[in-house]
Amino acid sequence: MVDMGGPQPVRTAGSVDVPETALQFLPPDGQVRSAGPYAPYVESLTADDLRSMYRDMVLTRKFDAEATALQRQGELGLWVPSIGQEAAQVGSAHGLKPQDFAFPGYRDHGVLASRGVDLVQTFAHTRGVDHGGWDPREHNCHLYTLVVGAQTLHATGYAIGVVKDHACATGDPTKDEAVIVYFGDGATSEGDLNEALVFAGVNQAPLVFFCQNNQYAISEPTSRQSRVPLFHRGAGFGIPSVQVDGNDVVACYAVTAAALDAARAGMGPTFIEAFTYRMGAHTTSDDPTRYRDSHDAESWKALDPIARLRLHLTLSDHADQNFFDEVDAEGAALATRAREAVRKLEAPPLDSFFDLAYNEPHPLVAEEHTEWTAFETARLELMGAGR
Amino acid sequence: MTVTIPDTTANMDTAQSGQTEVARLSLAKAINAGLRQAMTRHPKTVIMGEDVGQLGGVFRVTDGLLDSFGPERVIDTPLAEAGIVGTAIGLAMRGYLPICEIQFDGFVYPALDQIVSQLAKLHSRSGGRLTLPVVIRVPYGGGIGAVEHHSESPEAVFAHTAGLRVVTPSTPQDGYWMIQQAVEATDPILFLEPKARYWDAADVRLGERDAALPLGKAAVVAPGRDITLVAYGPSVRVGLEAAELAGGEGVSVEVIDLRSVSPIDFDAIEESVRRTGRLVVVHEAPVFFGAGAEIAARISQRCFYNLEAPVLRVGGFHMPYPPARREADYLPDVDRVIGALAQALSY
Repeated sequence: MVDMGGPQPVRTAGSVDVPETALQFLPPDGQVRSAGPYAPYVESLTADDLRSMYRDMVLTRKFDAEATALQRQGELGLWVPSIGQEAAQVGSAHGLKPQDFAFPGYRDHGVLASRGVDLVQTFAHTRGVDHGGWDPREHNCHLYTLVVGAQTLHATGYAIGVVKDHACATGDPTKDEAVIVYFGDGATSEGDLNEALVFAGVNQAPLVFFCQNNQYAISEPTSRQSRVPLFHRGAGFGIPSVQVDGNDVVACYAVTAAALDAARAGMGPTFIEAFTYRMGAHTTSDDPTRYRDSHDAESWKALDPIARLRLHLTLSDHADQNFFDEVDAEGAALATRAREAVRKLEAPPLDSFFDLAYNEPHPLVAEEHTEWTAFETARLELMGAGR
Repeated sequence: MTVTIPDTTANMDTAQSGQTEVARLSLAKAINAGLRQAMTRHPKTVIMGEDVGQLGGVFRVTDGLLDSFGPERVIDTPLAEAGIVGTAIGLAMRGYLPICEIQFDGFVYPALDQIVSQLAKLHSRSGGRLTLPVVIRVPYGGGIGAVEHHSESPEAVFAHTAGLRVVTPSTPQDGYWMIQQAVEATDPILFLEPKARYWDAADVRLGERDAALPLGKAAVVAPGRDITLVAYGPSVRVGLEAAELAGGEGVSVEVIDLRSVSPIDFDAIEESVRRTGRLVVVHEAPVFFGAGAEIAARISQRCFYNLEAPVLRVGGFHMPYPPARREADYLPDVDRVIGALAQALSY
């Protein structure tokens, strides 16, 4: 539990240092150090685990860069870059088991990659052909939610359902289920998140609140959201809270895996603040030069999460150049596939959206659908006649 | 004035009535009985809301259910409306059938994003992969002398949102049946309960669900020849009282209980208006952008050559709901309805 004593300094825009309170097991020097309760999680990571995380991080970044380019070329209406947050997303999601359920925000491409969702499926949403894109049940990974914080309540309800189903705290960790929900620093101001913390706390829901504090909610620095470090929020709800270096994939994994284990064991929710940095714009419609110091961005480049893991893999002989080349080639192939796939994504006819408005027949929808079909038929006939 | 509440199912097949137990129940007790049936039949139902457990709800609609079904299924939630609906969405994603109670109409707005932007849209957003069978019960309407925010009629907001269904019983029999049908429906449903009618009692046939009208269908609750009066929820009784008075003056009013505001059973209204040529719509909600406006537009289109008069509306005014000691002037009462009937007949 966090120490709530005394007023906390207000973090201002331009202050970029990762706070000393943040747990860090893989510092920028590439040497893993661990101690305390998280040591077993750190030490359990095999070379394969670390290579797998590296791969997901690189694929996410390559895909993200390609998607940004595709938006610039008009293939996507919008893109929401995840660059810089790969360690937070991939590290935390690697703590999940197949039976767990993840509720992402909308920037969590690394979470999707780690859950096995084909990243190309996210294009349905940003190209404007579909509001979803993938089957939430196929990989136990919910759709993106754009109304900031709304998904925290869905995750909480789902996690309360886990308790009702006696699907946690059975003593069998291979079957026990946990839930994780992702959101950003801006969402901590939303009523929905605060209500989710209340509901999760009183119900001891098996839920991990994973806050990626990337320092900015579009243009507003975290100092516009909170008087206290964000991870202090959990204490008032009776939820154990911890702050972690969000650019340290090992720490993000270890802290999240421990929290998920606690959740599965019936010990209730945890709040994690991953202190990271949004290296890109909020979206492709955003211009961060209007509100962010370029010096800031430069100094965070030195903390790049992928470079840090790569250094560790090299220093520890867990990977060689061949491996890095293979992952790069896989990333390039993903980018090529993404480019080819996006152009083939066509919006289904409006008929399907009439059909999807309700699960059961609705006379008004049926009437409007009939009217629209008649109009459309007549228009096509007229266009044919005009030719 | 004493008014008999007609049995809305009088025209339906009652062949099975031999198996049916009849009880005299208030609307509140009838919904309670319907909830008990739904909870018994469907183990995945959970009731969740403020004071629904130990207290049995501020109107006692969930009275006794905690004792019967336990705190795992009858849940006193924190005081957070968005939290109630938002967590219901998550429970529904896990296979539960949540029945939420929002304590009063005016308290539903804190949950508006979760209802309108989340619950209503997830089926469509997910390409039909997710269904959200969530029922949100809301006591609504005025006439009980309540303080502010306790007397409103927000149905138009929800009817305006694709993905939601909005139904409202006006009789104990419908309360009993419709709550069970709502629980079994797979789309999200706003179940609006006319709180001023909670204490109206009538004979309710228990069991025998096959005789129930489908959700979404209107019912002719008083047949007539000269003019059609459409009402729903708390206004049905007002409409029937007006029809009775008008009948004494030789005017035959056909009263339709809409029962559902989304969808609206336009076919039933059209069928009636084609015979009567005149239509008055009554509801407590403000008439501006209200259900009556939509009915007027659609019926004018469907029955243009049958109409002898413009479609008239009687309802609330474009003002915040007035203080309780002035609500009688705001609510559509028998006099205002009679006035509208007379106006429609003057063309």
